[in-house]
Amino acid sequence: MSATIPKQFFQELTRERGLLRFITAGSVDDGKSTLIGRLLFDSKGIFADQLDAISHARHRRTIGDAIDLSLLTDGLEAEREQGITIDVAYRYFATPRRKFIIADTPGHEQYTRNMVTGASTADAVVILIDVSKVKMSDDGSVELLVQTKRHSTIAHLLQIEHVVVAVNKMDLVHYDHAVYDRIVQAYREFAQRLGLKDIRTIPLSALAGDNVVTAGDRMPWYQGPTLIELLESLSVYDACHDEPLRFPVQLVARHNGHEANDFRGYMGRIEAGKVRRGDRLVVQPGGSAATVKDILILDQSLESAVVGQSVTLLLEEHLDISRGDMLASADRPATPLKTVTADVCWLSEDPLDPRRNYWLKHTTRQVTARVIKINTLLDINTQQKHPADTLRLNDIASITLNVQQPLAADAYDATRATGAFILIDEVTHQTVAAGMIRLDDSGVGNVSER
Amino acid sequence: MMHTTAEKQVLDAASNHHLDWLESEAIHIMREVAAECGKPALLFSGGKDSVVLLRIAEKAFRPGKFPFPLVHIDTGHNFAEVIEFRDRRIAELGEQLIVRSVEESIRRGTVRLRNPASDSRNAAQAVTLLETIAEFQFDACIGGARRDEEKARAKERIFSFRDEFGQWNPKAQRPELWDLYNTRIHPGENMRVFPISNWTELDVWQYIAREKLALPPIYFAHERQVIPRNGFLVPLTTLTPAKEGEVIETQVVRFRTVGDISCTCPVASDAATVEAIIAETAMTKITERGATRMDDRTSEASMEQRKKAGYF
Ligand SMILES: Nc1nc2c(ncn2[C@@H]2O[C@H](COP(=O)(O)OP(=O)(O)O)[C@@H](O)[C@H]2O)c(=O)[nH]1
Ligand SMILES: [Mg+2]
Repeated sequence: MSATIPKQFFQELTRERGLLRFITAGSVDDGKSTLIGRLLFDSKGIFADQLDAISHARHRRTIGDAIDLSLLTDGLEAEREQGITIDVAYRYFATPRRKFIIADTPGHEQYTRNMVTGASTADAVVILIDVSKVKMSDDGSVELLVQTKRHSTIAHLLQIEHVVVAVNKMDLVHYDHAVYDRIVQAYREFAQRLGLKDIRTIPLSALAGDNVVTAGDRMPWYQGPTLIELLESLSVYDACHDEPLRFPVQLVARHNGHEANDFRGYMGRIEAGKVRRGDRLVVQPGGSAATVKDILILDQSLESAVVGQSVTLLLEEHLDISRGDMLASADRPATPLKTVTADVCWLSEDPLDPRRNYWLKHTTRQVTARVIKINTLLDINTQQKHPADTLRLNDIASITLNVQQPLAADAYDATRATGAFILIDEVTHQTVAAGMIRLDDSGVGNVSER
Repeated sequence: MMHTTAEKQVLDAASNHHLDWLESEAIHIMREVAAECGKPALLFSGGKDSVVLLRIAEKAFRPGKFPFPLVHIDTGHNFAEVIEFRDRRIAELGEQLIVRSVEESIRRGTVRLRNPASDSRNAAQAVTLLETIAEFQFDACIGGARRDEEKARAKERIFSFRDEFGQWNPKAQRPELWDLYNTRIHPGENMRVFPISNWTELDVWQYIAREKLALPPIYFAHERQVIPRNGFLVPLTTLTPAKEGEVIETQVVRFRTVGDISCTCPVASDAATVEAIIAETAMTKITERGATRMDDRTSEASMEQRKKAGYF
């Protein structure tokens, strides 16, 4: 091992590189865990002791000396015993071009909420389709699995930026180009109905490794990038600095440690846009005007700060601001909402009870909410919308809620951090729903109070 | 300067930008704990991960005081350098440290070990932790665990719910969406919160370099008497004497993790600076725990079992 390390070598560490967070999705046994194992294995992201441990594992599903790569992410006893993925596993690896955080998500409908957990923080999703499970009739029709559709729908609702469809287990159909084309065709038709744009497709064998990290020579008809090349090339949402500022206040620091008794710092993370000293802001939902006096990180005073940074803001004015309030650009504030229309994924075994109150957590604000209307329930299979009286585990629906105190929100599609919320059961304290706020086309909330 | 592909692979992908992202996420998490939990605590062992946590806490709360005490669950099987470091660091920070020890739990009779003097006290730490939580009514404990450490940890939420027995139920974790953390619990239940869940061992070392953080000296290459045993280098201590027929060697080693003396082993290394450790970490073929923790080897699921029983 190296004794001294050359300066240059060390400097390379500090070069700018993007981080990509992605998930694998798809039905049970489509090969999600195996694919991640393969990615880690072929990109040397696996350590010798981990490999050693899985080759001696008790619940191997492979024959002979073949390693069961799914055991690399199926870390729970119950998962290994049953050969399934129950909850998200996070893995970390890097290639020469990029650093990755992968979430391996479960395929069972029963565990959809865990898939949603992984999806909520992902920049990209790899949807696996097992070629051998897709029904292909002689009349040319192709029937995708319901879970493929469900996960695609969730990817769309959560606005995951990049969708990669990986047609897996090509080895089982002798790497047949025509089969691949038919499945891709069927998926594209479904995606169009869903409104998913910009999908990329790739044929692969997670087990044999074709087109995962290296192309191999069994699918000469495929000219595109391997999966890893594709993932390396995806652009992540680059901090778009001309967005309006969104700064939800996490904590208020009052003259702690400071001589001046009037010291008040507003701590939080910039969720969108940027802030500079002297900027004119508005406190939402109240509406008071504020001016930025200083921006602090530890003992540094900054001229400006941008999206993603956790800072403390000092204001010129003495205002009554507390956790849950938001500082926003004065010229482009968020929309105050007392009535919220949103798409939700219902995540609880207890069905939605419209007679009950729920806690709603939006940015750093928590309010009491009640569902006043279930607008439509989505049929995953047909993408048709139907009326409904309640919501059950894994349902996806559009609902309207009333909130006790107004929220300062944006449309989820415009700004994730100020467009997302969760619902919490007041009695069990379970997280029961994930919500994505929709504003109507005018950009104004359906019933806004001003 | 030429590098092998493997070196380039991991090194190139690392970046300041990436560390900024991880740091900001961790600050955000700590502030959420401070805002939403009634009586939080930060678990501080003196190890590198908890040193990073302290730095994050400074960035989150200075110039103010930390909104929580620091808690050390002391196994009594410590490297002296680590305890010295712990006390020095606490004094520099001017924060409150609460120490509760497995030794006391043994005396109280709540921890029973077959061989109290030499058995690993890692698992027993859970008991003392739960007793400490009950004593101070802590509702949230911030810890330095990382998902890249171990396969059960890779499954855990950032805000990890524990029932009134301190148990983790991996089959029924709360959904965790975006960074909207649900911190609601009933009396007696509690949260374990892991702000550096998404950090890898390499990220930790890069952050230590960037922030110029001090560490206990045993993290850096030094000469030590060790006993080669089952692929490990067992440090020679009063708790871990040589067995009949074993050889004692003096080797240049460093620790990758710091835990209970009786089950934590150093690795052969001449990396004496943070930079050299980063280079080694980028190229290592063995995980942090795989190289150093004998307690994880006992069964395929030993970490999961310990967590179910209330461990960090
Ligand atoms: N023939 C073949 N089998 C595969 C391929 N990928 C995965 N499998 C097998 O399919 C089964 C399910 O894989 P797993 O990764 O657990 O699927 P998951 O449920 O989506 O995570 C396992 O037995 C794998 O070995 C592939 O490309 N070809
Ligand atoms: Mg799986």
